[in-house]
Amino acid sequence: MILARAEQVSRRYGEVLALDRVDLTVRAGELVGLLGPNGAGKSTLINLLVGLRRPTAGRVELLGGDPRDPASRRQLGVTPQETGLPGTLRVGEVVDFVSAHFPDPVPRGELLDRFGLADQVRRQTGGLSGGQRRRLAVALAFVGRPRLVVLDEPTTGLDVEARHALWDAIRGFHADGGTVLLSSHYLEEVEALAQRVMVIGQGRVLADDSVAAIRGIVGVRRVSLVADDLPALPGVVATERVDGRVHLLTTDADQLVRDLVTAGVAFRDLEVRPTSLEEAFLAITADARPAPTPA
Amino acid sequence: MPLALVHARYQLLEIIRIPVAVVGSAFFPAAAMLFFVVPFAGDDPTGATYATAAMVTFATMSANIFQYGVGVAEDRDQPWNPYTRTLPAGPAPRLAGRILAGLVLTYLSMVPVVVIAAVATAARVTVAQFLIGLAAVAVISVPFTLLGLAIGYSLPSKAAIVVAQVLFFPLAFGGGLLSAPDQAPGFVRAVAPYLPTRGAVELMWAAVTDWRPDPRALVMLVVWVVALAAVAGWAYRRDEGRRFR
Repeated sequence: MILARAEQVSRRYGEVLALDRVDLTVRAGELVGLLGPNGAGKSTLINLLVGLRRPTAGRVELLGGDPRDPASRRQLGVTPQETGLPGTLRVGEVVDFVSAHFPDPVPRGELLDRFGLADQVRRQTGGLSGGQRRRLAVALAFVGRPRLVVLDEPTTGLDVEARHALWDAIRGFHADGGTVLLSSHYLEEVEALAQRVMVIGQGRVLADDSVAAIRGIVGVRRVSLVADDLPALPGVVATERVDGRVHLLTTDADQLVRDLVTAGVAFRDLEVRPTSLEEAFLAITADARPAPTPA
Repeated sequence: MPLALVHARYQLLEIIRIPVAVVGSAFFPAAAMLFFVVPFAGDDPTGATYATAAMVTFATMSANIFQYGVGVAEDRDQPWNPYTRTLPAGPAPRLAGRILAGLVLTYLSMVPVVVIAAVATAARVTVAQFLIGLAAVAVISVPFTLLGLAIGYSLPSKAAIVVAQVLFFPLAFGGGLLSAPDQAPGFVRAVAPYLPTRGAVELMWAAVTDWRPDPRALVMLVVWVVALAAVAGWAYRRDEGRRFR
């Protein structure tokens, strides 16, 4: 059962091509992460899927219909951006307002309890802390007992504890059979929650696979060592220096080590490690950027 | 509760929590009443009644143009607005709720004008005329609501504020709201019938006095309503929230 689908979808804003022939399928029960840097086209894709914008070309489908038809959105839950809550309304009023749109909403007390906001019910949303506002925004996605929840950067600006609390709520929903599409530029977040990742860069799908497979596809390794001077080395996708150590990211660690030896570099404390998704992601998007000029 | 009422209720809640916003649309017509009507036409029952009806039209116009023009444009700037468009409801309940809330505020904004007229001038209406006048306010709200919506859905908020301010004074003056029915300057008499404010004030005068409205102004009012409805509808359909390039 496919809950959301985009087929060869493009979206243009004036001169800018924000999405370029993107395909996406979200099946029932999946937890899909949408990963990409700011401006990659994640929010545009989400806006098309929830019916806020029309694609310039291609087709989008939500819960078996056109997302711009209100009936298609009956089993959809969406999160407003944190800054968007009406500041003068009280927490309870905002929940009641959203509830009024659904046939069988979660009772207000139960929802606020689940997101740790029970004590804030009488407060105006403008007076909440950033974390509380964010939790309320995410809670609103669950009011209507949705089958599919679309979360656009749900934990942006949260501290670690609040982020983990929200993750638990999202995992709980998924464990009960819910389907989630989640965008993030926190790789840690996608790694912690998603089973499948779709990487977007400059409006195109760069990869769409399991978290493990994405790491495998790129096979980026981190080669770190201590050395004063390094010549230009082929196959290095990123270089950073931290606390006197040089970290080189490469798709072919064996070749890099051979090159280091052949070049006669005086290095010590060599380490080769697999990378985090973040580093893999860096490597994929590097291909989409203009090639760096050789040093 | 039907969704339209839910939307109206929350619109009003948001506005009433910042009461100055309500004072704003009531202030100008009330001030015009105190400075122009009370000293010059206050003692003449006929003149004061006409002038009060004109100020009620003025209040209706300014309340609607600002509320919808600026209010809608500002809402479109807020991320909350696109969020509400992801809820499973079409545009109808939201628009109906907005118009209901708008009507409530329009009536609120003319309370000072009516109170000043009753207390400080010789203006008098019968109970029947008063009730017909109340109904007439709802009718003449239509063109100004549409004008406001056309502005609000087609412009960003900063531009909407300017356009609303630039429009409302010439409309009021050109339509003859600031002069007695037969004492308007020549050029006002020439342009007035073609402005929506004229048709509106003619209807108000007909409601609360024995004025016979100018058919030309009424026909033009209908033309305005049709044209503004088309523009507002077009602007609404092409709106996808605020756009950045």
